[in-house]
Amino acid sequence: MSAPAMPEKAAGIMPVRFEEFGLRHHLICLKGIVLRECLRFMHQRERFISSLVRPLVWLFIFAAGFRQVLGVSIIPPYKTYVLYEVYITPGLCGMILLFSGMQSSLSMVYDREMGNMRTLLVSPFPRWFLLVSKMLAGVAVSIAQVYAFLIVAWFWGVKASPLGYLTVLPALFLSGMMLCALGMLLSSMIKQLENFAGIMNFVIFPGYFASPALYPLWRIQEASPLLYKICLANPFTYAVELIRFAFYGQVDWVSLVIVAGFTLLFLAGAIIAYDPSRGLMTRKQDPGGNG
Amino acid sequence: MQHVRTSGPESAVAALDVAGIGHSYGPKRALNDISFSVAPATFTVLLGLNGAGKTTLFSLISHLYDTRRGSIRIFGHDVCRASGEALRRVGIVFQARTLDLDLSVHQNLSYHASLHGIAEREAQQRIAALLDTVGMQGRQHDKARSLSGGQMRRIEIARALLHRPLLLLLDEATVGLDIESRAGILATIRKLVETEGIGVLWATHLIDEVEDGDHVVVLRQGELAAKGKVADVVRDTSANSIRAAFSKLSRIETTSAPEVSP
Repeated sequence: MSAPAMPEKAAGIMPVRFEEFGLRHHLICLKGIVLRECLRFMHQRERFISSLVRPLVWLFIFAAGFRQVLGVSIIPPYKTYVLYEVYITPGLCGMILLFSGMQSSLSMVYDREMGNMRTLLVSPFPRWFLLVSKMLAGVAVSIAQVYAFLIVAWFWGVKASPLGYLTVLPALFLSGMMLCALGMLLSSMIKQLENFAGIMNFVIFPGYFASPALYPLWRIQEASPLLYKICLANPFTYAVELIRFAFYGQVDWVSLVIVAGFTLLFLAGAIIAYDPSRGLMTRKQDPGGNG
Repeated sequence: MQHVRTSGPESAVAALDVAGIGHSYGPKRALNDISFSVAPATFTVLLGLNGAGKTTLFSLISHLYDTRRGSIRIFGHDVCRASGEALRRVGIVFQARTLDLDLSVHQNLSYHASLHGIAEREAQQRIAALLDTVGMQGRQHDKARSLSGGQMRRIEIARALLHRPLLLLLDEATVGLDIESRAGILATIRKLVETEGIGVLWATHLIDEVEDGDHVVVLRQGELAAKGKVADVVRDTSANSIRAAFSKLSRIETTSAPEVSP
């Protein structure tokens, strides 16, 4: 940012020097946005509990019931037969990230309706930086939820190697970024909070079920070649596979490239959508005012 | 612009300079060719009935929307081309309540400080001083949810001042408040103009908030109806008070044919 000119001085009033924004200021801003998201999350205990209960229900009930029905053959990254609970754990981690990403979308729509969003958007930092910071804040909260789930799963007997809990972190981060960016893009398109049910029906459920989160892709291919193609076109598929391989200290390069690509695509879309000169926001009347 | 009455000299260098602004929501025109300026250390009242375009104008000034027709400058910085520099100089109190109700007063203010890159220690000092200024000392650990409407507004004003702006925008800041709270908030802002030299643009439809020494800008259905010092606007409209002048200026001229009921 260029050094400010001093028209104030010309006006004859006390000149105020505005320090140029550097890395330190950007970090202060990022920290503030992340801290606010964490505080909001901590104040909403129901949100934390429901985010934990959802995957645990799948793990405790669904996986236990389907263990005998759904066989999982030896497919990479597994080197031996694995229990169904072990197979769906990466998918459940993805599920937490997916719901959390959409939750951040919901919270942005809520913030927009309640007016809180405006306090963020009138910050002097660049709009793209504010949106990326908001995304990072959402990802931080998502990852905390995933690890809370993994701790409970550990007590249930679903255990990764100690190193696996570490190597999965970058995969969770990148997948979380992709899903938060998608949520942010969707939030720019949703006019009212009531429309969020559409997100559940058209994004979360199809995204989750048309993926290898619950059953391997080869099983889906056997059952329906069309559904298999849909799964291959679903970015969430690659997020789940990226997480699955990362638990075993491996990188699924195809998934990595696709998830990174979709992250950039969704992020660019969100930045454009929230850009006052190009985005959709300019065409919508501000609900906060009557004048 | 046939309907615009310009009265009195404008400051040579403006805290806010709005030139030829227009805005539409799809086919609906919200603002058309609006021009006025706010000098430093002055209190300017933006008057208009509901739907006159005040909030749209605020959204353009605060760069929530991009300016497609005309230009807006804050202390010489174009809001579109140098939005960062412009927004650093402006504090905004929106019409809708924008405090995070789940957070405490202090957490709300700290969050705003971080959005302006203010370090924590500096922010603490400023928060303490500003809560004192707005008469909310000792309330920093209260949840925003527990505050009354007037108290929330005071916190929002403290928040708008936290980064030491040179221009303060307040959009219907006293709507929904009781008489005492309204008077208190108005007095606080007027004092800031005197003591801190801040330029203020105060949007309202409540005519009793205007004082004789103020500048006024009157909007009517997205058009600029009048601007200038109160006395000049009253004189130019041949009214006997600003209330009468505003009433006259806000009257909608019906030039189209009357509707015929089927």
